[in-house]
Amino acid sequence: MNDRSMHAASVRVFTDLSAWEPLVTETAAASNLASNTTSTDEASSALKRTPLYNLHLARGAKTAPFAGYDMPIQYPDGVLKEHLHTRAAAGLFDVSHMGQAWLRLKDESLTGDAAHKALAAALETLAPAEFQKLKPGGVRYSVFLNEDGGILDDFMTTRPTDNDGSLFLVVNAACKDDDFALLNEKLGDVARLEIAEDRALIALQGPKAAGIVDRLFPGAAAQKFMTMTVGAYEGDDVYVSRCGYTGEDGFELSVPAARAESLANTLLDDSDVALIGLGARDSLRLEAGLCLYGHDLDETTSPIEGNIGFAIGKRRRTEGGFPGADRIQKELAEGPARLRVGVKPEGRAPAREGVKIVDAAGTEIGVITSGGFGPSAEGPVAMGYVDGAKAEDGAEIGLLVRGKTIPARIVPMPFVPHTYYRG
Amino acid sequence: MTKKFTKEHEWLLIEGDVATIGITPHAAEQLGDVVFVELPEVGASFDKDGDMAVVESVKAASDVYAPVSGEVVEANSAITDEPGKVNEDPAGAAWFVKLKLTNTSELDGLMDEQQYKEYLETL
Repeated sequence: MNDRSMHAASVRVFTDLSAWEPLVTETAAASNLASNTTSTDEASSALKRTPLYNLHLARGAKTAPFAGYDMPIQYPDGVLKEHLHTRAAAGLFDVSHMGQAWLRLKDESLTGDAAHKALAAALETLAPAEFQKLKPGGVRYSVFLNEDGGILDDFMTTRPTDNDGSLFLVVNAACKDDDFALLNEKLGDVARLEIAEDRALIALQGPKAAGIVDRLFPGAAAQKFMTMTVGAYEGDDVYVSRCGYTGEDGFELSVPAARAESLANTLLDDSDVALIGLGARDSLRLEAGLCLYGHDLDETTSPIEGNIGFAIGKRRRTEGGFPGADRIQKELAEGPARLRVGVKPEGRAPAREGVKIVDAAGTEIGVITSGGFGPSAEGPVAMGYVDGAKAEDGAEIGLLVRGKTIPARIVPMPFVPHTYYRG
Repeated sequence: MTKKFTKEHEWLLIEGDVATIGITPHAAEQLGDVVFVELPEVGASFDKDGDMAVVESVKAASDVYAPVSGEVVEANSAITDEPGKVNEDPAGAAWFVKLKLTNTSELDGLMDEQQYKEYLETL
């Protein structure tokens, strides 16, 4: 399948694969929706490849540019089957495009908890989680903030089990260069950033994932959600984290690039495991109510507006000490001007990114930031921002799709229950 | 009965002055899993290239243009009820609409099956 064929196809948005490109700026968003003339052929020469690229091609992937990488969007089964397979068995995702890095305390005179606290305190100047409270093996979700309290990226931080004074970060592909520059600039005096370019990242998600991962990394099945252990594969360290981006129980495996294809093939030997592309990854995370940076979160949205208050530690809500704390504390006290909510359209028509939201009186109150068809929800699902005062579960709203107003409701998320393993 | 094709990957089966219209297997394949179809009402009229129907896959929403001018005499509710049929049998049971042609000379500009095959090869 060749990307050029998309240009000539019948329909305005027939270069649909471009819709998977993360939208770094609003301008990019507008041009993506309006135009289908971007030549992916021209762009492909500059695209990076993950260590699993050849495996994707050998397994029949359709690829497209995503965050500067030529990434698998779907395999021959297609998005719908891949999505349902993940919820029924186990899906394998190549997420090696994401940024992985170690942050290490420069002051080697500190050890143990003291070393952890010193490094965690430094990271707390950029992000509002309580990293100091992380236990060995603990994983935390948080966000880098700008001075206005807007989100620069969302990311995961792990305190390793046996390496105090180090934190392991996983950040979004599209933001990684900026994130790493920020860390170097702001924390360079106290910490050293080691970008783990030699590591791939493989996610295995779904109800069968734990049993499969446990056979390779004994003990993994007993690991709780948001914890990491270190396993061995062909003699190399693999960071086994129980987390993911589908709402399902599952793992992310950080593996040396040279071992990635072998590990992926070993996992794929299990008949319950199928390769899943970024297409199904998007519908899975949407049903799970999880944000996609650049769409549902950006530099203008605060974590309170984004309804990810869990990214802010309890102590830090009162203490502050992170960029934009004034705005965020004000929003905590008075409520945000807008809020990210779940949206369930009535009927079958999906409401996609950019669709305007109106209240019962027809007044515009917000916009859809992610939306589509939820294969497990068996219907359209969406999320978007509405005026804080209108963000009430159950509220009747309208969605302006192709000149018509589709009735919808504000609903709690997730659309499909999370099945995280909490022990 | 003749079959014609457009560069926009629609097929037309012409019987007298009525054309049954659908999208080609190539279009269905490119769209991916179809999850929503919106068809015009019977009686609606379209000029050539007017927005006639909407088909949405898991990936994106797409407009289907009227390949020729005409009035809708029948719309296939089977595909609005079960959009997945568009992937199963795009060239047959999953036709979209039947149009009563208002300008049969517009058919002259369309491709026959062989020309469409050759066109696909150029993509």
